[in-house]
Amino acid sequence: MNIKKNTELERMSFWEKIYLPEIARGLSLTFKQMFEPTFTRQYPEERWIPTGSYRGRPVLVLEEDGERCVACGLCSRVCPALAIEVQAGETDNVKERYPAKFEINMLRCIYCGFCEEVCPEEAIIMSKDYELVFTSQEEAILGKDKLLIPIAQLQDRLEFLRQYK
Amino acid sequence: MDAIPAGALILGVKLFLVVNVLLIIAAYLVYFERKISAWMQSRVGPNRVGPLGLFQSFADVFKLYTKEDIVPALVDKKYHMIAPVISIGISMATYAVIPFGEYYVDGVNLMAVAPGISIGLLYLLAMSSVGVYGITLAGWSSNNKYSLLGGLRSAAQMISYELSMGLALIGALMISGSLDLLEIVKSQSGGKWNLFFQPIGFIIFLVAAFAETNRAPFDLPEAEPELVGGYHTEYSGMKFGLFYLAEYINMLTASCMVTVIYLGGWDIPFLYENLAKAGISQGNPLLALIQFGVFFGKLIPLLFFFIWVRWSLPRFRYDQLMDLGWKVMLPLALANILLTGIVMTILQYFGIL
Repeated sequence: MNIKKNTELERMSFWEKIYLPEIARGLSLTFKQMFEPTFTRQYPEERWIPTGSYRGRPVLVLEEDGERCVACGLCSRVCPALAIEVQAGETDNVKERYPAKFEINMLRCIYCGFCEEVCPEEAIIMSKDYELVFTSQEEAILGKDKLLIPIAQLQDRLEFLRQYK
Repeated sequence: MDAIPAGALILGVKLFLVVNVLLIIAAYLVYFERKISAWMQSRVGPNRVGPLGLFQSFADVFKLYTKEDIVPALVDKKYHMIAPVISIGISMATYAVIPFGEYYVDGVNLMAVAPGISIGLLYLLAMSSVGVYGITLAGWSSNNKYSLLGGLRSAAQMISYELSMGLALIGALMISGSLDLLEIVKSQSGGKWNLFFQPIGFIIFLVAAFAETNRAPFDLPEAEPELVGGYHTEYSGMKFGLFYLAEYINMLTASCMVTVIYLGGWDIPFLYENLAKAGISQGNPLLALIQFGVFFGKLIPLLFFFIWVRWSLPRFRYDQLMDLGWKVMLPLALANILLTGIVMTILQYFGIL
């Protein structure tokens, strides 16, 4: 039989076999690492501000003359997690329809951004808000009071959508 | 009522000081362990409680005290309770014989809790072996397979490594010629540290000390990925805290042993001759402080080394651990004794020693 042996023990030199120099090498590596800069962000004091491409909590755009939403219900239709509930109402304004009720259940939302993509009016968009804390299930269902955000605060995202959507 | 004898009073003060200093050092060891491990992993580490997080350990201990002490239904309650006490009690008992300096008042060395014990080294070895009882009892009384495995591993590991530890010490003993720790330190005065005459013995002792204190890379008794938590799986609250504390005090004990036996205790060449010229000699309390300072200064790099190794090296596999203990360390320690004996005989023959 012709067997070619190539075990780890045979490949190692004497100094590798007694391990101590290799241990010293490993120790020197961790020692050097002690003086490297840290990457930790001190969260409550230092907060990360996302860029326009970030998909945070979905919000409704509020313009100077009222909300953009026309309550077409497409977002509710496309939502894969069934998080959005819309009920339309009618007014005498130029824009005849408005959402009488608009609720997003944040426990269901998966931040996919489909609602934003499908919206014909660019009325529902993803914001930069990522600090979402709720103390009860009822509180997690956001109504119009919490969803409507002035358009001035949403410029980054609108800019991003204009460029890439 | 009779007045308390002065000796008892001094002993009480010494005990109070040693126990409290030990606990505070152990608390700060935990802090520095967390801090150093954080630095090695590019993290920040504890920085919330107090300036730079310096009071983190006290907050942790306070948390452990206020936690519910859960005793599982099926444990052997008596031994379950005794185990952590044994663990911490034994680890503190070792400090009875360790001399932190040499400062005489009325012919009694004030810098050791129980000065003048002629078998100090044997006592140290005995105590470090008895320490395993705490862990084994904890593992056995928990009535949990993982805990039992942890306890068994601990017992096997301790027995394997104690052999090489004791044998490695014999080399140093032959040179110093005494079991009294004070005599061992004195015999190394003036830079004649055993480290330079016993490098192999030093390395063996250091590795065995890691195994004795259950520190990584020899922390098999509590290997989390394999044994959940090992022997302290079933412990909560301050009982767990006592095990934790005992581990750090053991680390300190091992460092003290290395300092006393291999690094010359409080000795620094030429320091005390020059101090004596400056008027600081026996009778001046400053001397005691300086001796303790030097001793402590030698402990710090050793303690850092313990922490450093833990966060650098991976854990041994169990068979590798036993291989290292029985097939490498034991023969090496024996060879070290032989070599020391031969060299000493030759030197004595030529009248150098």
